[in-house]
Amino acid sequence: MTSTVKIMRTVFTDTVTSALDLDPRLAVVTADISAAAFAEARARHPDRVINVGIREQAMIGVAGGLALAGMRPVVHSYTPFLVERPFEQIKLDLGHQDVGAVLVSIGGSYDDPAVGRTHQGPGDVALLDTLPGWTIHVPGHPDEAEPLLRDALAGTGRVYVRLSARENSSAYPVGGFVPVRQGRLGVVVAVGPTLDAVLEATSTLDVTVLYAGTVRPFDHAALRDAVAAASPNVVLVEPYLAGTSAHEVAAALDVPHRLRSVGVRRDLEVHAYGTAGEHDAVHGLDAAGIADVVRRTIS
Amino acid sequence: MTRTTQDLAGLFARMTGDEKHEWAAASTLDVLWVLYDRVLNISPANVDDPDRDRFLLSKGHGPMAYYAVLAAKGFFPPETLDGWTTFGSPLGQHPDRLLLPGVEIGSGSLGHGLGLGVGTALGLRAQGRTARTVVLVGDGELDEGSNHEAIALAGRLGLDRLTAVAVDNGSSSHGWPGGIARRFETEGWAAETVDGRDHDALYRAFTTSHPGRPSVVVAEIDKEH
Repeated sequence: MTSTVKIMRTVFTDTVTSALDLDPRLAVVTADISAAAFAEARARHPDRVINVGIREQAMIGVAGGLALAGMRPVVHSYTPFLVERPFEQIKLDLGHQDVGAVLVSIGGSYDDPAVGRTHQGPGDVALLDTLPGWTIHVPGHPDEAEPLLRDALAGTGRVYVRLSARENSSAYPVGGFVPVRQGRLGVVVAVGPTLDAVLEATSTLDVTVLYAGTVRPFDHAALRDAVAAASPNVVLVEPYLAGTSAHEVAAALDVPHRLRSVGVRRDLEVHAYGTAGEHDAVHGLDAAGIADVVRRTIS
Repeated sequence: MTRTTQDLAGLFARMTGDEKHEWAAASTLDVLWVLYDRVLNISPANVDDPDRDRFLLSKGHGPMAYYAVLAAKGFFPPETLDGWTTFGSPLGQHPDRLLLPGVEIGSGSLGHGLGLGVGTALGLRAQGRTARTVVLVGDGELDEGSNHEAIALAGRLGLDRLTAVAVDNGSSSHGWPGGIARRFETEGWAAETVDGRDHDALYRAFTTSHPGRPSVVVAEIDKEH
């Protein structure tokens, strides 16, 4: 695939801005974050590009109302302000009303740790996983974000697109899990932007690496096939709460297997600033941490 | 009471078994009747028409008056009331829009209807539709901060096809010194406070023009009633 110099957030605003011109159903709802990036679109479509101010409950409620009126809302903010603060609105104003929306977050789990815990959202996927009917994309490259976004905008369902400043060096086809490397001693599932670290961690290990840019639905068939062709040792590497998809692995596999999960630790809150790489090391999400878990799992 | 709302007593009794008191005490009864009987363009014939008016019962608690009015207006057969809250019934302690045609939102958790109403009004406006959106909230419900996000937003966006009706039966624990209307007026809404049992006053308030601004009708209910 071709590479791009755009970051995922820019891909998002560009993709939605051009789609607004073509699809009269589309509406964008922001709560100040990224509102400036939609200024030009707002000038062209003042009724469909709505900035509610710093009001996240209204942001989701408005999206639910837009959908009830037949529109396709796109809602956007930083991870914790999109998913955690208005969580009951997501549950009731979208889910319970059975209407669709596209929720697009930026910030990942800790894209910029200098801003501290208040701006970190490692629980987002686990929270949405408590609600039925959500498709969840975790692109690992800006070139994956665009087709995933276009597909989400064109649909009618509830879709969460988790954008991040962390990205892999290469893009992969979107959809189901993609085999990136074949091996015999186990299967490592690398979700979204964890792939580069997983490839580095497993460069000398005889394991299969599956890349997952979409985690709901979870590609059970691809995982089953990969596990059938190797020893039934599975390592799940997710850039948000560790083990968020462990139940999906358990549901996918009908053979005895070993599962280890790598992700943001559940047993502590990291009261530290610094860089994303430093936080990766705390959570074992760096290549060294991943390699350690994979080695112990396949031995 | 008009003869017509008296007729709701029999429908109410199918749920509560009490013909004497409960139906008349329902704080929302007269507001709902005036809206469905005289104000809104909503009927069983147009529940899927994108140009129908929208009524959002935000205060989903105690929906018996709502169900009675919907049954009286033919949205479902009165016999349906007999099985309310049973497993297969479309009628529960809080309404579910997926179970009952004509119900615009599922509600019960307080403070969700106004945000949904603002979005509905924005969606209708973006499509060039002139249908009204009316959201019923309670004075106790207004405790929820989410309402105040929606109230400020609707005022700033000038949603003149949006009306809130705040049924005030004094149930808010800490009250609203200075009155409920003032909270809306400060945010740019047109406001009227009327006797929530007076059908003609309610009708006038619901049909008063309020160009460029959303409107709120505060319907006061005497708890002694």
